Amino acid sequence: MNPLKLKNLNSLNPGESALISNIDADNSLFLRLAALGFRAGKEIELVRCASFKGPLQVRIGSTDIIIRRSEASRIQVKSS
Amino acid sequence: MKRIALLGMPNTGKSTLFNRLSGSSARVGNWPGITVDLKSAKILIGGHIAELIDLPGLYDLQGYSDDEQVVRHFLSNNNLNLIIIVANSAQIDRQLSLAIQIRALSLPCMLLLNMSDEARKTGITIDAEAMSRKLGMPVVKISAKYGDHCPEALRTAAELLSKPVVHIDTKHIGDQLQKDLNIEAEMESILQGTVQMPIQLGNNLTSRIDSLLLHPWFGLPIFFTAMYVLFQFIFNVGKPFQDGIAWLLTLFRTNALEPLLLNTPAWLSGLLLDGLYNGIGTVAAFIPIIVLFFLIMTMVEDSGYLSRAAFLVDALMAKMGLDGRGFVMVLMGFGCNVPALMGTRVMRSKNMRLLTMLVIPLSLCSARLQVFLFMTATLFTANQAPLVLFTLYLVSFSTIFITALLFKNQYKNDEPFILELPPYRFPTARQIWLRGWQEVKYFIRRASKFITIGVVLVWALTHFPMNVAPASNGTLAGQIGEWFSIVLTPIGIDSQLAIALIFGFVAKEIVIGALAVIYGLQGDALMHLMAHKLDWVQGMSFMLFTLIYTPCLSTIITLKNEAKSWLFAWISILWSLTLAWGVSFIFYQSARLLGF
Repeated sequence: MNPLKLKNLNSLNPGESALISNIDADNSLFLRLAALGFRAGKEIELVRCASFKGPLQVRIGSTDIIIRRSEASRIQVKSS
Repeated sequence: MKRIALLGMPNTGKSTLFNRLSGSSARVGNWPGITVDLKSAKILIGGHIAELIDLPGLYDLQGYSDDEQVVRHFLSNNNLNLIIIVANSAQIDRQLSLAIQIRALSLPCMLLLNMSDEARKTGITIDAEAMSRKLGMPVVKISAKYGDHCPEALRTAAELLSKPVVHIDTKHIGDQLQKDLNIEAEMESILQGTVQMPIQLGNNLTSRIDSLLLHPWFGLPIFFTAMYVLFQFIFNVGKPFQDGIAWLLTLFRTNALEPLLLNTPAWLSGLLLDGLYNGIGTVAAFIPIIVLFFLIMTMVEDSGYLSRAAFLVDALMAKMGLDGRGFVMVLMGFGCNVPALMGTRVMRSKNMRLLTMLVIPLSLCSARLQVFLFMTATLFTANQAPLVLFTLYLVSFSTIFITALLFKNQYKNDEPFILELPPYRFPTARQIWLRGWQEVKYFIRRASKFITIGVVLVWALTHFPMNVAPASNGTLAGQIGEWFSIVLTPIGIDSQLAIALIFGFVAKEIVIGALAVIYGLQGDALMHLMAHKLDWVQGMSFMLFTLIYTPCLSTIITLKNEAKSWLFAWISILWSLTLAWGVSFIFYQSARLLGF
């Protein structure tokens, strides 16, 4: 796969890191994500996914965050 | 009096700091136009008496969540002398944004870098003085949990308070709240040279614990085991305390109150003893359970496990419009609904919290279990009884699912579900006790009045008029039973059982005691009579109705207090009555149709 190709945060594998390239969310979600450190250019790691299509655990800097798949699909990443 | 607001993002230890500064003098107050409880306390600070207010955690001053709106409303409608911003030192690289937003309001403010002990351990160094110069407000590194440098922070606050008051029009604040600031660039420039973060971050111990507790296969079994153990602990340890309180109250009643009221008219001693005194007893019975519940819940919450529980069970909960923390509270509701309802305060989205509060009263609590143990022993064989109990639990879970699915659009959660997983921490014993104590105080102050009124009311219904036997068909309760016979007969409930249900409104376990009074028999004799009078279809229908029909009095008062709305409490009562009748009707009529 082309290493620069954009993909969805959902499609990362557990343990895989990437750079956030784009956040396509409404204002309320966008502000919340920004306050938690989700900003374009930041490195994000998918730590693990919950069973039964549950939420994702991601790590940005020193913060671990859980986020539902529907909201994670708003975040585009590119491989670092 | 000076007024100081504490403000910060969630999980920054803001409430821990509030508790440390206020001791146990905190009270919960109502503020105009604000629908959540705000804790406040009067504190002495450098010769000033100041009111310290703990504002809800928020991520962004311009955010859309319920809490963010509350804070905005508070800031633009109340005059403040000082804003103390609390930030988690380990996350200062992103939490600085809030300080920059607050600074723009031109109110006196200062920044506390909390959990500085934790940050130091992970290798983060912050130059507070340099940051203070760049940010243009005092910055103090503290640890609210252990009290490090808190006196220093208070001295700084006192200095800010003694400066001449600059009156800022709240209108100006309202306008400022709308403005866009170039926060990101500002943050970068302040962090530059003041904060050093190690390149490889991440708490190793936390990661290792997580890889077990959040394991794809072991995570859920560990969660359910942990919940089971905690549940058993709360309610098994609570039981002897409850029994002890009941024993003391009875002792006082028979040895002091009854002799004292010997010569008073029957109605008066009845009112005082069976009404008022029993009302106090009803409130007292909850005290051990509430303390234990919050001792355990504070540990689960402050350790960071509650957010992990949300991660584990969210897949199922999301479909019902609930979240994992709500699930934990519903599970605890199977012990007692009252503390479970109080525990929902951890959920910050109002609608999701209301939906959770609507389903909690449907969980088969231990009071109802007592009734069912008695009834199943009376009406079923030893082999059938466990199966019947299991069925009742299944019905309880089903009503929870159905209610959540039916109401999830009415109480639609519009906040994004994004939670922080803080590193695992041990709360201090002080934090745990303080919380248990505060919650009990809150319950007693808010609930005891209405609970006592309710108990007196039920006493009056079942004892007036005085010229007929108490709890007989001639009493007001009996008449109510008669009026409702048109709806109760189709579900197999006669007027005597209806009186027991009216008693059960006070507390469900009273149903058995009420039956004893109604039939004038106790123990085996009562069982014998009931087995003779009721067939199993009637008994089952009665149990189903008792399971669902209305939350008990204390639960209703707690619902009202937590939702701050009588309307919501009424919705809960009406819905559960409707659902109870529907379930009993379907069961009773189908059983009869099938020839049972």
